[in-house]
Amino acid sequence: MNIVVCIKQVPDAESVKWDHEKGTLIRDGVQSVINPFDYNAIEAALTLKDELGGKVTAVTMGPPQAQDAIREAMSMGVDEGVVVSDRAFAGADTLATTYTLAKAIQKIGKVDAVLCGKQAIDGDTAQVGPGLAVRLGVPCVTCVGEMEIVDGGKGLRLKRMCEQGYDVVEVAFPMLLTVLASLNTPRVPSLKGKMRAKKAEIPLWSAGDIGAEEGKIGLAGSPTKVFSTHIPKFEARREMLQGSVEEQVDTLIEKFKEAGII
Amino acid sequence: MSKVNYFLTEEQQMIVDLARQITEEKIIPVRAKLDETEEFPWSIMKDLAQADLFGLYIPEEYGGLGGGCFENCLAVEQMAYGCIAITTTFAASALGGYPIYLYGTDEQKAKYLPDIAAGKRLVAFGLTEAGAGSDAAAIKTTAVDEGDHWVLNGTKQWITSGGEAEIYTIIAMTDKAKGARGASAFIVEKGDEGFSFGKKEKKMGLRASSTRELVFNDCRIPKDRLLGKRGMGFIIAMRTLDLARPGIGAIAVGLSQAALDESVVYARQRVQFGQPIISFQAIQHMLADMATQIEAARALVYAIARTIDAGAKNFSKLSAMAKLFPTDVAMKVTTDAVQILGGYGYMKDYPVEKMMRDAKILQIYEGTNQIQRNVIGQALNKEYARR
Amino acid sequence: MVTVDINKCVGCGECEDVCTFGAISIVDEKAVIDQDTCTLCGACAEACPEEAIEITEEGGRPAKGPSLEEWKGVWVVAEIRHGTYAPVTFELLGKGRQLADDLGTHLTAILMGSGVRDKAQELVARGADRVLVVDDPALDQFVDDSYARILARLAGDEKPEIILAGATAMGRAFIPQVATLLETGLTADCTGLEISPEGRDLLQTRPAFGGNLMATIICDTRRPQMATVRPHVLKALEPDESRSGEVLEIQPAQDLLTSRIRVLESVVEEAEGPMLTDAEIVVTAGRGVEDEKHIALIEQLAHCLDAGIGATRAVTDAGLLPGRTQIGQTGVTVSPKLYMGFGVSGAIQHLVGMQGSEMIVAVNKDPEAPIFEIATYGIVGDVKEVLPLLVKKICQERGMAHG
Repeated sequence: MNIVVCIKQVPDAESVKWDHEKGTLIRDGVQSVINPFDYNAIEAALTLKDELGGKVTAVTMGPPQAQDAIREAMSMGVDEGVVVSDRAFAGADTLATTYTLAKAIQKIGKVDAVLCGKQAIDGDTAQVGPGLAVRLGVPCVTCVGEMEIVDGGKGLRLKRMCEQGYDVVEVAFPMLLTVLASLNTPRVPSLKGKMRAKKAEIPLWSAGDIGAEEGKIGLAGSPTKVFSTHIPKFEARREMLQGSVEEQVDTLIEKFKEAGII
Repeated sequence: MSKVNYFLTEEQQMIVDLARQITEEKIIPVRAKLDETEEFPWSIMKDLAQADLFGLYIPEEYGGLGGGCFENCLAVEQMAYGCIAITTTFAASALGGYPIYLYGTDEQKAKYLPDIAAGKRLVAFGLTEAGAGSDAAAIKTTAVDEGDHWVLNGTKQWITSGGEAEIYTIIAMTDKAKGARGASAFIVEKGDEGFSFGKKEKKMGLRASSTRELVFNDCRIPKDRLLGKRGMGFIIAMRTLDLARPGIGAIAVGLSQAALDESVVYARQRVQFGQPIISFQAIQHMLADMATQIEAARALVYAIARTIDAGAKNFSKLSAMAKLFPTDVAMKVTTDAVQILGGYGYMKDYPVEKMMRDAKILQIYEGTNQIQRNVIGQALNKEYARR
Repeated sequence: MVTVDINKCVGCGECEDVCTFGAISIVDEKAVIDQDTCTLCGACAEACPEEAIEITEEGGRPAKGPSLEEWKGVWVVAEIRHGTYAPVTFELLGKGRQLADDLGTHLTAILMGSGVRDKAQELVARGADRVLVVDDPALDQFVDDSYARILARLAGDEKPEIILAGATAMGRAFIPQVATLLETGLTADCTGLEISPEGRDLLQTRPAFGGNLMATIICDTRRPQMATVRPHVLKALEPDESRSGEVLEIQPAQDLLTSRIRVLESVVEEAEGPMLTDAEIVVTAGRGVEDEKHIALIEQLAHCLDAGIGATRAVTDAGLLPGRTQIGQTGVTVSPKLYMGFGVSGAIQHLVGMQGSEMIVAVNKDPEAPIFEIATYGIVGDVKEVLPLLVKKICQERGMAHG
C-alpha cells in the first residue's frame, strides 16, 4: 500500500497574540505546530500501514522550515516525507494549493490512499481535501469518524459524520479521506522514530521539480484573493458580579429576565 | 535566567523531550482520577511502549536502545513530574528486568528481553516478605530442586505491579544453611502452576500502582528458570538494587520539581495583606531552600548515574547516596508545598496533597533511608580502613 | 511577489501598521517584507503614501475564463436530507433573492435527490424564480462524486455567475469538488455577502484564524463565484405561496450518476434536547465541573432552560460528556443567544468555538481566567457552590421540578 498523508504547519493558537489597537498579528514568538486534525490523519495512515503493510509518505506545502513538521510526522512512524516549497507558491488559495499538492503526489507515484485532516485551523475552509480528490481522480469521503478495513483489504467501511448522525459508506482503494479528531488517538512519537527523523533527508521540491505550470500556482493560480481584512471587536461588558454567592446568582437571574431569556 | 547545563547529548535530550511530552499530554490529565480510582495505568504503559521507553536500558540486539542508568534517570525524572505512581509502575518493570539483563543466559535474554523492551510484557521484582523487609536475608520463600523443575513455596509481600505484570524475578531460599549464599533468583511467569496473587493493597499514596502479595503454593517452574548460579540470589538482588536506586533518586527529583513549580505559581498569585505572598521573606526563604535542594539532588543523581554508566565497580555507596538524599528532599519539599498552598494545599482540588502523600514511599521502598545510611556508613568504614 | 522600492520608501511605517500578518518591519528606515509570512493581500501597497510597494503577480492573474459577462444568474444549492430541507437552504434563498435583485438577474435553486421533485415548489415560495430538479434513484443517498459532477456539468452548461451552498457536512464535502472541477474560486463559511459597488463582483466576508480575523474575499477573474454559508447566519424569507416559478427537470448523463461510493445506511442519532449548533442557550461544562454529580446539575440546568449541553476538551477527554458536545477549535462552533460556562477557563481553543455568542456568562474560581475577558457577566466563585444555587433558582423561575 502506498499511503500519503497531507500535513500543514499552522501558527500555534496558544501563542498567537493580537494587537487590538493596531489590528495586527504579533508574530514574535509564535510557534508553528502541525495542524491538530493532521495528527489524526497521520495516525489513520499509520494504522492502515500497520494492518495492510506498505509505506507512508508525508507531504506538506510550505516554507523550508516545514521540514520540522515532516520530521515530527516521521517520529510517529511515517516512513518518508517531502516539502513542496517555492516562492512561486506564495499567495495560493485552495484551488492553487490542491493543484500543487496533486502534482507533488503524482511525482511520488501511484497512491492507494491519501489522508488529510478535516480542515486547517488557520484557514478553516476544509476545501483542500475534496479538491485534491478531484485533481487525483479518486473518490473522497469527508468527516470520517470511524474506519474499518473490509473486502480483504481492498476497501474501507467508514462512518461519515454529519449534523444529525452519520452515514455508513464503503469505498474501494484508491481513495482520499478527511478525518475528524474523534477517529483515533494519535500515537506518541517513539525514540527510534525521533532518531530516524533527525537523520532523515527531507527533499525540498520546487515548482520545477513537480512540473507545475506557472499559471496554476501561487497568486496566478488563485481565483480568490483577499480584498481587505479587519479584526472584529468583541463587545464584552465584562461586568463582574458582586456580593455573596446568593446575591450574585440573584443578580444574574435579573439580567436574564431583562434580556428576555427567562 | 540560566539553568544548570548538564551537557546532555542529542539523544539524551530526545529522551527528555519525549518523556516530557508524554507526561504533559498523557500523565498529568489523568493523575488525579487514577489516584482516586486506584486504576492501573494500562493506557499510559501502552504509550510508553510505543515511545520505545521500556527498552532504554536493554541492549540493541534485543530491541532496546542500549542506554544506561543515566538515560533511565532522565526519563523517569520527567515522568515523575507528572505522577510517581505511574512512574513507579514503569520503573518497577526496569527493576524486575535488570536481573535478567545482568545475569540472564543468552537463551533467557533472547526469550524475555525483546518483549520487555517492546513493553509487551511488564516485569515485577519479588524480594520483600512479611518478615523480611530491611532484613532481606530473613526471607522464608523456598525453592526446592525436584529434578526436572523447581518448586517454590512462600509468600512475597507488597510487590509493585503484582498481579498485573507477566514476568516476575523472585529471590527464594535454596540452601538455608549457606547464609549469604543461601538464596537464588528465579523467573516466574503469570500462569505458572501454583502461582497466584493476594488482594490489592490500599495505600496512603502511590495508589495508581498495583501492590499485591505473590503466593507460591507448590509453584512448579522449569529448570531453565534459574537466573544466574544457584546461591547468587542475594548478590543479584543487591546488584539490581544498586543499579535501580539512582532511578528512585531521579523520581524524587521530578516529584520535587513539580511541587516547587506549583508552589511558586501559587505564591505569585495568592494575595494576602495586599501583596502576593511570594513577596514575604518567610515564603521566599522556603522556596529558595526547596529550589536549591532540588538542584543539588538533581546534580547528585546525574553525577552518580554517569559514574555508574562509565563502568564503576562497587558503587553501592554512591547508589545509596543517589537514593537517600533526593528522597529526603522530596518529602520535605512536598510537605513545604502543602504548607505554602495552605488551606488550598490540603484540598484534593490541588495537586500538592497527592504529591506529599506519594512522596513518603520514596523514603521507604527499594531500601529504607535508614538502610541507605547503613550502606553508606559501612562503606565509609571499609574505605577508610585502607587509608 | 511583493517588492519595496527603497528609493521611494521613506520609512514612515504605514505599511507596518496596516499589515495584519506582521510581515513588515522598518529596518534602517526602510520597509522590509518577510516573503514567507506575506500573504500578498496588498493592504500595504494600498496604504503606502509614496507608492513604494508593488505586488507583482508573476505569470499574471488567473486567466479570465470565457467572457465573464456571459455568466448570469444566482444559484442556490438546496440541501435535503431524509425528506426535509436543511433550514440553511431557505436562509440562502433569502440572501440569494437580495443578490439577484441587486444584480437584476434571476434566482435559481438546484435540487438533487430521489423522489424530491414534489418539494420543488417550496423553494419557489421561499424566493426562487426557477428550480432545476435532478431526480434519480442513484441520488437517493448523498454521494459526493455524483452530486459534484452533476452540479459542475449543470453550471458549465447554464453559466451562473454566483453559486451559494450551505456550509454543512454535505456542502463542505462536495462544493469544493465542484469548484475544482470548474477551476473557479470558492470561499467557505461566509458571514457576509454583498455585491461590490463597482461592478458585479461578489464581496465574500469570512472569519479566519478561528474568528480572530475577518477577511473579505473577491473572485474577480473567474466564474462562477462560489461561496458556502453556515446555518443561522442569513435570514430566510417567509414562505410566499403566491410566488410562481419555473420547475425544470434535468436528466443527467448516465456516467455522472455512477458513484464509487456505496452508502450502506444513514443513521440519525437522537440527541437529548436541542442540537448544540441550533440551541438558543448553551450550558457548558469545563474542567471545574469535576464529577458526575455536577455534570448532572449541568444537565438539569440545561433541561430547565431547554438548552444545549456543551463541554470543553478536558471534560470530553475525561469521558464525563460525549465527544460531540465538545465546543472549540477541534469541535463544534456555537453562537447562541446565551452561553454559560461553568468552570471553563477560556483557553483559546475553546473560545474560538463560542466567542460569537450574544451573551456570555462565566463562572470560575480563578479571577484571572481568560474567559472573563470576553464574558458579559462574570461570577468568581466555586462552581460547586454556584451551580446548585443557580439550578434551584432558575428551575423555580421556570416552575419546573428540580432534584
